[in-house]
Amino acid sequence: MTGIRTEPVTVNLGPQHPSTHGVFRLRVTFDGEEIIDLEPVFGYLHRGTEKLAETRNYTQIVTLTDRMDYVASMSNNLAYVRTVEDLSGIEVPERAQYIRVICAELQRIASHLMATGFLLNDIGALATPLIYCFREREKILDLFEMLCGARITLSYMRPGGVFQDADQDFWNALDILIQELPHYLDELETLISKNEIVLARTRSVGVLSDEDAIDYGVTGPILRASRVKWDLRKANPYEIYDRIDFEVPIGVEGDTYDRFHVRLLEMQESVKIITQCITQIEKGSIRADVPYFIRPKPGETYQSVEGPKGELGFYLISDGGVSPYRCKVRAPSFINLTPLKKMMLGWKMGDLITILGSIDIVLGEVDR
Amino acid sequence: MYGLGLIKGLGITMKNLVIPSRQFNVYQYPNKRATPWDLAKINNSKPFTYIAKNPLTTIKSFVGLVNVEEKLPQHPNFRGEEFAWYDNRCTGCASCAKYCPLGIIKIVTGTSGVNSQEGQSYDLEVFDIDIGRCMFCGLCVEACPYDALHMGSGFEEAQYQRSNLVIDINKLKSAEKKPSTWFRPQLVNQGHDPISGDTADWRKVGRHEKPSQEDQSERWAKR
Repeated sequence: MTGIRTEPVTVNLGPQHPSTHGVFRLRVTFDGEEIIDLEPVFGYLHRGTEKLAETRNYTQIVTLTDRMDYVASMSNNLAYVRTVEDLSGIEVPERAQYIRVICAELQRIASHLMATGFLLNDIGALATPLIYCFREREKILDLFEMLCGARITLSYMRPGGVFQDADQDFWNALDILIQELPHYLDELETLISKNEIVLARTRSVGVLSDEDAIDYGVTGPILRASRVKWDLRKANPYEIYDRIDFEVPIGVEGDTYDRFHVRLLEMQESVKIITQCITQIEKGSIRADVPYFIRPKPGETYQSVEGPKGELGFYLISDGGVSPYRCKVRAPSFINLTPLKKMMLGWKMGDLITILGSIDIVLGEVDR
Repeated sequence: MYGLGLIKGLGITMKNLVIPSRQFNVYQYPNKRATPWDLAKINNSKPFTYIAKNPLTTIKSFVGLVNVEEKLPQHPNFRGEEFAWYDNRCTGCASCAKYCPLGIIKIVTGTSGVNSQEGQSYDLEVFDIDIGRCMFCGLCVEACPYDALHMGSGFEEAQYQRSNLVIDINKLKSAEKKPSTWFRPQLVNQGHDPISGDTADWRKVGRHEKPSQEDQSERWAKR
């Protein structure tokens, strides 16, 4: 069709758009329906967590970490608490480590369920798979309520352990959940992963090659979907992960489908980890003898854990006082957003939503 | 291929729709619209006898005019509103105020009282908790050395003005004491359940008894 004059159109996606999982803005330039340029804009949910941390003591900061990645508070707590323990040389009792690992893995399942559900919701499988995912997530949140009294903003971990031992209610409910979960996850897989429409929308869409993934510093399920077998639980076993036998699932192609499928497989592995933890856990102390106001020696440290979204790290500098001199967060969602242009250029408008959904961003963590 | 995956998926949806144990729990908020069958279950009678006895309510419930209060299942460990504070356990040490990440607890002590710890007579004059800014992390409860402050298990405490959200000493004293079992193993051991409406007085909630007035003056004032 020569003779018709065309020109690119710039469209604002967000900040208030349900598919951006928060207040995230994308300025996309379209040529017809094809993306030719895009620019992510964020900072709408900036709350200054890192600066606030400088005015609070080491235990109080645990409550701030809940509010960063608010669908995976347990993992945030674990990452922060481990950094403080490394900084001040606190030995954690074994039972506390087991409970922490169980909690972190439960939180990983909850977070992945949410990611899967919302990805499918964005694709257009409206509400049905999302409700399936939320049914299981609800049970995990009920477990957290038994354990620490809250469902989202948990603040369960403290430097030196956890604040409260799990009672018998929790262990009984956990046993039931562990028996049910593999079945539910299988059901989710048959419901979705063989569905022709889902395959057509996600197969070979938004491919990120393994070299690019490593170059951009991407971590978590997105990196593993791009065929890179890198998991901090295996590469640098923290807590008690060295005593546990599990697999690291990797993708085939590095496309949107692989990112979604790797999450499904990881949930199965998490169930295995929890089962082994339940058999290995023994009675004992749950909290090291740590004062309320911790004063670490002057120094600095960086510790990271494998969160549901990637490598979640905390960098703390202590000047010997009750609060840190500097607290820097390596937020996986933020860094996973960097190859956005690489994945999206050349794809259509509908694929934009799919690719963004497959990255699983939480804006509380991106902006902090 | 050829739509087989779609049919399989629909089969799972159908299974979840039909089998009662696999159905989703749907909670209507705040009140549940009751059918005659629900009403019969609540009143412990058979559906048909209930319908025959109460024709008017049955017609109303078919139209959707009968509501039944339904509470979500909640664990006694839940940490929420209605702080339970025991004035005769509190010594005014302000550990809670010092430990609050947001600094929303205000404590003022004066010399008007009859307490005699530390050789001086003093009393609590102000004990304000600004619930409007509270995030219910529970660090104040964890810090309390005398088990005087406890979490509650309520929510839905909306007010029209922010100033109404500040809980002062009189409100805390007169409030019904339903402490949550959060971080209080002694309450768990007693089988205390605030969700079903158990209250606890100051003797029940402590890890140890508070010494009597005579013992205190023996120990502190007359040494």
